Amino acid sequence: MSVDKDTVKKIARLARLDVPEERQEQIAGELNAILSWIEELGEVDTSAVEPLASVTGHSLPLRTDKITDGNKVDDILANAPEQASGFFVVPKVVE
Amino acid sequence: MENYLNLTATQARAALQKKEISATELTHAYIQAAEATKALNNYVCMTADKALEMAASSDKRIADGNAGPLEGLPIGVKDLFCTTGVETTACSAILKGFVPTYESTVTSQLWRDGAVMLGKLNCDEFAMGSANETSVFGPAVNPWSTDGGADLAAGGSSGGSASSVAAGSALMATGTDTGGSIRQPAAFCGVVGMKPTYGRCSRWGIVAFASSLDQAGPFTRDVADSALMFASMAGHDAKDSTSADAALPDLHAALQASVKGMKIGIPKEYVMEGMDEAITALWQQGQEWLVEAGAELVPISLPHTRYALPTYYIIAPAEASSNLARYDGVRYGARVEAGQSLDDMYEATRAAGFGDEVQRRIMIGTYALSAGYYDAYYLKAQQVRRLIKNDFDEAFEKVDAILTPATPSAAFPLGVKQDDPITMYLNDVFTVPANLAGIPGISVPAGYSDTGLPLGLQVLSGAFREDTLYKVAACLEKQAGFTGQPPRHALAAR
Amino acid sequence: MSNLVAGQTGEWEVVIGMEVHAQVTSEAKLFSGSSTTFGAGPNENVSLVDAAMPGMLPVINEACVRQAVKTGLGIKAEINLYSVFDRKNYFYADLPQGYQISQFKHPIVGEGVLTIELADGTTHDIGIERIHLEQDAGKSLHDQHPSKSYIDLNRSGVALMEIVSRPDLRSSEQAGAYIKKLRSILRYLGTCDGNMEEGSLRADVNVSVRRPGQALGTRTETKNLNSVRFIMQAIDYEVERQIEILENGGKIDQETRLFDTSTGTTRQMRSKEDAHDYRYFPDPDLLPLQLTQDFVEEIKAELPELPDEIKARMVSDYGLSSYDASVLTEERETAGFYEAASKGRDRKLVANWMSSELFGALNKAGKSLAESPVSPEGLGALVDLISDGTISGRIAKDVFAEMFETGRPASDIIEEKGLKQVSDSGAIEALIDQVLAENQDKVAEYRGGKDKLFGFFVGQTMKLSGGQANPGMVNQLLKDKLRG
Ligand SMILES: [Mg+2]
Ligand SMILES: [Zn+2]
Repeated sequence: MSVDKDTVKKIARLARLDVPEERQEQIAGELNAILSWIEELGEVDTSAVEPLASVTGHSLPLRTDKITDGNKVDDILANAPEQASGFFVVPKVVE
Repeated sequence: MENYLNLTATQARAALQKKEISATELTHAYIQAAEATKALNNYVCMTADKALEMAASSDKRIADGNAGPLEGLPIGVKDLFCTTGVETTACSAILKGFVPTYESTVTSQLWRDGAVMLGKLNCDEFAMGSANETSVFGPAVNPWSTDGGADLAAGGSSGGSASSVAAGSALMATGTDTGGSIRQPAAFCGVVGMKPTYGRCSRWGIVAFASSLDQAGPFTRDVADSALMFASMAGHDAKDSTSADAALPDLHAALQASVKGMKIGIPKEYVMEGMDEAITALWQQGQEWLVEAGAELVPISLPHTRYALPTYYIIAPAEASSNLARYDGVRYGARVEAGQSLDDMYEATRAAGFGDEVQRRIMIGTYALSAGYYDAYYLKAQQVRRLIKNDFDEAFEKVDAILTPATPSAAFPLGVKQDDPITMYLNDVFTVPANLAGIPGISVPAGYSDTGLPLGLQVLSGAFREDTLYKVAACLEKQAGFTGQPPRHALAAR
Repeated sequence: MSNLVAGQTGEWEVVIGMEVHAQVTSEAKLFSGSSTTFGAGPNENVSLVDAAMPGMLPVINEACVRQAVKTGLGIKAEINLYSVFDRKNYFYADLPQGYQISQFKHPIVGEGVLTIELADGTTHDIGIERIHLEQDAGKSLHDQHPSKSYIDLNRSGVALMEIVSRPDLRSSEQAGAYIKKLRSILRYLGTCDGNMEEGSLRADVNVSVRRPGQALGTRTETKNLNSVRFIMQAIDYEVERQIEILENGGKIDQETRLFDTSTGTTRQMRSKEDAHDYRYFPDPDLLPLQLTQDFVEEIKAELPELPDEIKARMVSDYGLSSYDASVLTEERETAGFYEAASKGRDRKLVANWMSSELFGALNKAGKSLAESPVSPEGLGALVDLISDGTISGRIAKDVFAEMFETGRPASDIIEEKGLKQVSDSGAIEALIDQVLAENQDKVAEYRGGKDKLFGFFVGQTMKLSGGQANPGMVNQLLKDKLRG
């Protein structure tokens, strides 16, 4: 599995990172170096191994259905780069 | 001032209780120390006024006989912890100007117990790094140095935390450890750094790097202080679904107890080719100290050790790629307006706001999770992660604790490893397995390199057995008698 | 009945699958403590968690888990005791985390079935593939500013159940029946209020066409339809559009489309969507949800009787027609009203009175059953008065109108207006005598063989009684008297 310039473009797009054309080649190289190092894992036989997502053995704790939060518009918008009449404001979204 | 800055937290607490010093005086001394060591670039934000206010309250509570367990003790906070009204950036340009309206659970517990906040400490951007060099504020500098040598890395990601505690500009400091970010800088700077069991300290209000690995922990001058601060940081938090509802063991008793009869595992896989000879020697020395104190050494095998780093470098970036998606210039942080569309804004904001290493990890993580590669990378890593955890589970059936070196080398000069990510990643080879397995680990300063730089030993124990960890750490500390003061300590800088 | 659609070049089979997003009825959101109430000011029902502030973490709401399990039991589905919350990663203005917490590989509810009944009386079993719990997104407003969108996160984090059907639906009529039936069950269960106008129930419709017996065609997905009518319109439009394209040698693009409510047509989304790659992975902030069988049994014990069961009982035990039973069970409130009104009395008569008089009056007044001025007990009492002969069916209609108007009990109205049916034979005989005396010529004609005049005498007698004479007694006594 080797990462080329097009793959870098695709990943950058998925991650919403503007990667300039002239850096794509270099980044492909860096990613390949890391990925080929990671490919050592291929040596390990995991055919009968259940994947481990969390080391915590317990089940998901459940909270009771009560309104305990909200009504803090000032806090919510306190750090917004752009806001108007209680809304966050972003460049127009086209559907 | 001499007296103040040399005190451990335990000693300072006693002096405060006896009213030999006041919290205000102590806090003043630390604010001055931070000023005096500015060149170390440890603090990214000093909160001197707030600190003095908090110290005044502490003095009042001490006078009233209402002192908390950390009353009046000046503490630095890694800039990954959200602090109400104090800018919190994770040392990233993308969070420049972000002032939380909330306090992380861990820091609020410290303030609840009377600690005084000095300011926010430098770290790698979003905790991604092992030399504090990815910080948008530039690297924290190690107060240790070789004669006439270059500035040394304080380690990372919690470089500012380790450096400030070592340099005497913070009595104690908070850190977070995702792959070694507490233990490695602690070893580099000659202080005690402890990563608790996953789930011990609430992650609520800490900027997330890799959620299944992140754990907060203390930086202190000695092992007793570590236990003191850890006890305040730990505790079940209903706001964090992964927080463990388990009582803390008796740490005080652990610090007094002997290691006599304990079984200490020595993993054969931790003998690394090309490892610093001084480190091999120190590890050997550590084993002898424990035997002298009555412990029994047990050779053990952790066969999947060599796969820990590659596993980590899939899981951590994968989680990070998702955790960092929220930094999009919409609700907080720095927005870069570009082009016409929302996507243009996202791409410009994130490209400008994240540094190279963070972008690299986001890309790796995005790739590892993407269609067609998930099974080969992410799923595979999760499977190997289980094998690594199984290794430890089996080991702890035979031994009480495991002794290893903390790092494969002493602190290195800043700038040298920047070009090659993998060389940098190898710094965490001894620390990463504990994060993958969720077990606690502590780094104790125990000796010196050939060039006179501090070296650390690491102790690992089973999950939720921090008492065992402290028992062994206290023994090592006593035997090693490490008392070195770095050349660039605040007292020397004056 | 065939569901095939005739085209220019032959017949086509329509294949429809639906993904319905149903807002879970709960006080607070799925992973935060802020309110789910509709209609709050911008960003008022938003917590730091909903706005994805740095360091914020999700904690799941038990009530939402219960509701999902309850819904699963309501469609006779398998409940998965082990389920996992995953992150679905994508960037969007109203998705603050940059991912939606959803369930991908291990949903909380597995296979189930929903039976629909069409107007022609046929029933069809529609397979349900799964139900999973997930977070709703916020809302983007595009018409507030020429070059900006405004973001309101009030809905962000509200619990949704995504109910995914198998591609078992074959017409827009079936799709309409499916969503109505699903809505009905959700409302019986109390797990979703079914309020489509407020967006509590929205459907994504996957439509494709194929030649009968052929492999599945390429489908399009029309998103976010929030009324039964729109669902049916969108399907009809898509079917026509796709058939036309295919018959002209074109091919269908697998794409997401939007429905235009003003024209009843669908269109391709204007933004060029990136190829989706959601990079699902288990959310490391949450642990696997592990339920016990006891937990499920406890919820099972709370399940109300569902429309299909009630309907079957109404047909077999009460003797109602399948149609009447369907009408009475569509809404839980209606069935409840009917059960209360008809208990211990003539079930069929009450059913008739509900579907004709009560529903007619409510319709005319623009009221819902909950707002009915006539209570179930009130209607039952009226029917009792008919059954025991106190008033005639005809008088009862006037009494009912008055009840509906004033909310007063039938007995009071009858008493006050003296509408009680006269069943005293002496009094009726007196009336008959008067009628016969006033119409002696007609009596002679009748007795002369003009039988048809009998109805005239009945009418006159009833009129004289002001409609209150017992019609049966009038008939009998008239016959006796005229025989002479
Ligand atoms: Mg859909
Ligand atoms: Zn959905």
